[in-house]
Amino acid sequence: MSEKVLTPPEHVEPLVFTRDQLDWLPWLEPMAEQDLTARHMAALVDAARAKSPYFRLLVRDPEVLEARTRTDKDIFYNSDAGLPRAERELAAAATSRFNGCIYCASVHARFAATYSKRVDDVDRLLAKGVEADLDARWNAIVAASVALTATPVTFGPEHVDRLRAVGLADAAIVDVINAASFFNWANRLMLSLGEPSATGAAANR
Amino acid sequence: MADVIDSLADIAPGSALDTIRTRRPQARLHAQATYDSLFKPASEADASKRERFAIALFVARLHGKQEITAHYGKLLEADPELQEAVRMAAAAAGSQGPWGRYPVGPLSAEDKPGAADRIALPVRDQLGERIAAALEHAHMLVYHPRDAAPAHLQALLDAGWSTTGIVAISQLVAFLSYQIRVMTGLRVLQARPR
Repeated sequence: MSEKVLTPPEHVEPLVFTRDQLDWLPWLEPMAEQDLTARHMAALVDAARAKSPYFRLLVRDPEVLEARTRTDKDIFYNSDAGLPRAERELAAAATSRFNGCIYCASVHARFAATYSKRVDDVDRLLAKGVEADLDARWNAIVAASVALTATPVTFGPEHVDRLRAVGLADAAIVDVINAASFFNWANRLMLSLGEPSATGAAANR
Repeated sequence: MADVIDSLADIAPGSALDTIRTRRPQARLHAQATYDSLFKPASEADASKRERFAIALFVARLHGKQEITAHYGKLLEADPELQEAVRMAAAAAGSQGPWGRYPVGPLSAEDKPGAADRIALPVRDQLGERIAAALEHAHMLVYHPRDAAPAHLQALLDAGWSTTGIVAISQLVAFLSYQIRVMTGLRVLQARPR
């Protein structure tokens, strides 16, 4: 007798890309909070993540979740040289927009807007998609993220040249590669293990 | 053990990209730790190594990168029949992503519909039902992840995968989507000196 997927409670499905705070509802049973051992808590890295159904589902494989999380944090938060945080978030948002992950795009569009203060440009990316005209530097970062996200990957020397032409050093280009590649990891988990909901914070505002 | 991304991207110790990668030490270390946990798992109860290697080889083949395909082919070296069945399944399933449908609404104008992969006989029998179902799921994750729906997970459960096993193989496909892109990007950058 096989297990059954979860049926999410009634909720409002977001129908557009947005910077609003969304919820995420799992399709498979997360671990119960009271069943989390010290090993699971270590794998969550931040204790607050014990409240998140997404992380309590992924913690069923604690070794992989912990390594995933530490990879993620270094790519986005390590401020030693490289690309400014706002533009790492831009790469994450563009990747999520192109793959079609409404949940991931909402989180990283918020971060991109917060760190860059370019709210209108971020909203244009969400509304029009990855062809939106932002400025030469952001267009180059978005185009590189899209080329890295295509399967098979279409990223080539022309993308490197374009990033260099708008002022990115090679350390910053590596950050673009890491950030866009990482969201090809994150988008696939978020999209396939559950769904976003506009109820909660967004609906209560 | 050698760092798999460095090795697949041909990054030599002391090279310019090696130095740049040193500035993101946790990302480098833990991408390798992810690889080790996925392919030398502490437990095979929910997903065996044989199953993991077969899924990885299929995903590698769908990305059309020779170095990656060779690497994951090697992990399955001891099982040439399974290797060949995966090759046949991948050869019949090539596409270009990302595509898929959005929830019905304003984004429907951006829909790029396509057909889910269905592995036919006799390859399906050669793979066995668990691996065949996993490869069909991997095909969706690789090319059209925005089509994901609960029915895809139910198909895996019905084929005998546990919830924990589904988490493990989802991480495997998603991690490879990362690893292949980092490796490809670094190779392109390294081949284009200033």
